Amino acid sequence: MSGILTYALHYQGEFNKNSLGAVSEGAKLVKEIGGQAAAVVVGEGDDLTDEMCASLGEYGASKVYRARAPDGLAQPVVDVMAKVIGDEGYSYALFGGGLLGFEIGAGLTARLNGGVTMEVTEVKAQDGKLVAVRPILQDSAVVDVDYVEEPGIIIGRLNAFDTEESGEGSAEVVDVDVELEDFSTRARMVERGEQRGADVNIEDAEILVAGGRGLGNAEGFELCEGLAKALGGAVAATRAVVDAGWYPYAAQIGQTGKTVAPKLYLAAGISGAIQHKVGMQSSENIVAINKDQNAPIFEFSDLGVVGDLNKILPKLTEALEAKKGG
Amino acid sequence: MKICVLVKDVPDAAVEKRMDPGSKRLDRSGETNLNPFDTHAVEAAMQIREGGAVDVDEIVAVTMGPDGADRTLNKAVSLGADRSVHLKDDALAGSDVCATGYALAKVLEQESPDLVLLGQQSDDGECYTIGAVVADHLRMPSLTQVIKMDAEQGKLRCERQAEYGYDTVEVELPAVISVGDAINEPRYPSLKAIMGAKKKPRDTKSISDAGIEAERVGEQGSRTAVLAVNPPPEKEPGEIIEDEDTNETVEKIVAWLDERKLIG
Repeated sequence: MSGILTYALHYQGEFNKNSLGAVSEGAKLVKEIGGQAAAVVVGEGDDLTDEMCASLGEYGASKVYRARAPDGLAQPVVDVMAKVIGDEGYSYALFGGGLLGFEIGAGLTARLNGGVTMEVTEVKAQDGKLVAVRPILQDSAVVDVDYVEEPGIIIGRLNAFDTEESGEGSAEVVDVDVELEDFSTRARMVERGEQRGADVNIEDAEILVAGGRGLGNAEGFELCEGLAKALGGAVAATRAVVDAGWYPYAAQIGQTGKTVAPKLYLAAGISGAIQHKVGMQSSENIVAINKDQNAPIFEFSDLGVVGDLNKILPKLTEALEAKKGG
Repeated sequence: MKICVLVKDVPDAAVEKRMDPGSKRLDRSGETNLNPFDTHAVEAAMQIREGGAVDVDEIVAVTMGPDGADRTLNKAVSLGADRSVHLKDDALAGSDVCATGYALAKVLEQESPDLVLLGQQSDDGECYTIGAVVADHLRMPSLTQVIKMDAEQGKLRCERQAEYGYDTVEVELPAVISVGDAINEPRYPSLKAIMGAKKKPRDTKSISDAGIEAERVGEQGSRTAVLAVNPPPEKEPGEIIEDEDTNETVEKIVAWLDERKLIG
């Protein structure tokens, strides 16, 4: 067996950035371990044109397997990838960061009795095999994980793999017929990609004031908005508060939200879970305000303030406005 | 309807988690507790029972782990489970995700539930994957990180956040669902429920009781091996201000921002 098979997620005619990162990473790794770098695309829509699939060649895939099956759900993709791996003998399945990759990778683990490593931040080629590097225990340690046998399944952490246009031209597109397992068709997408709340733009902001559960309630965001205005920035949010309906989804940072790297990221009442960290850790300056001195965010902030938001934010806003006025 | 809730005994949040350098496994010698993410799964089961849309005959807490996991099962029962199953066998030690998912699926097979619930991640392993592994073995549809779930006759209507926004997915039963912590606010068990938990039935099973092939679990059944445990990349620790006098704190923050030309 040889080669690396990645899953390329797409939506409305475009490939996911983390998937393109995985395709690029796979292309880079096969140069060291040998074999082919290939990708699987799965969908029912007209957007999966030959041209679109072949464009994965620009990121280094030499072959693209296209299967017609439901979009946006993991189990049909497990069926497709299990068949391609079984028929063509790929040594590794590789996924970029994101929810579906976790589910598909997990399904493949069971189906193929293959080892799996998730939240992988780096993949090393060693003696013709791959070793996955994964932070564990809230990033307090890092483990090197070896695969006992092939196939091995590698699920990347969000933004772990950079997209790289290798300029190798078009990939060969092959249609595969896969009979889906009965249980793979017993979940049906009713609505996909619903945007909840107002459409706000946080990706272009140089300064972001982000709010988390520590704000206490939806009204707490008024403090963030006031501070953002004083700093000339925008307001962002964690997944917990977006799920709770306190702030729009479009402002969400992290695993299933946006990835940002502003000049200043001021985190108010955010504990700093990994899922949030992966979306903002490249920010130039990170300031965290939290009443819990053990909050993980203090491990990766440049300035940490242990205290009560309700006291600090209004006074900070006031001071910044006074400074501007003066 | 019968609901099985998968629960895990994890090091207590107050315990500093560390790897044992010898075995390259998590050091579980300190205080342990029910994985906080799983309390949301038990609560979700209780809300289906109390919701009345479907009849729930039984809620069963299922775990795999050493002796200490007893307390975690007691807690799950005090939160609402009617009985519990403890898969306990020395042969299971060192199982990776692949082996653990297989073993749990074998135990669940014997229970034949209509719905399997679990928390989206464990506080210690942070793997997010067990639900989908178990589902494939059980040949059931599955969804992870669900934050809203409505039970109807024979199916569930689930919502979750995925890559492009919120998805609504209809899942036929039997199914395996992992829930996110936004799904509910778990209740606190009553004193009576805590006292009564030890009296509720518990099956303790060995791997042979569960029909688990020994060569597929434990270290020998695992498909991954930890080669090395290393410290994380070093990062300069940031400056910390303890807020005692807020005016002074604010002055320090403003000076810090000003120094870095972040005030326009």
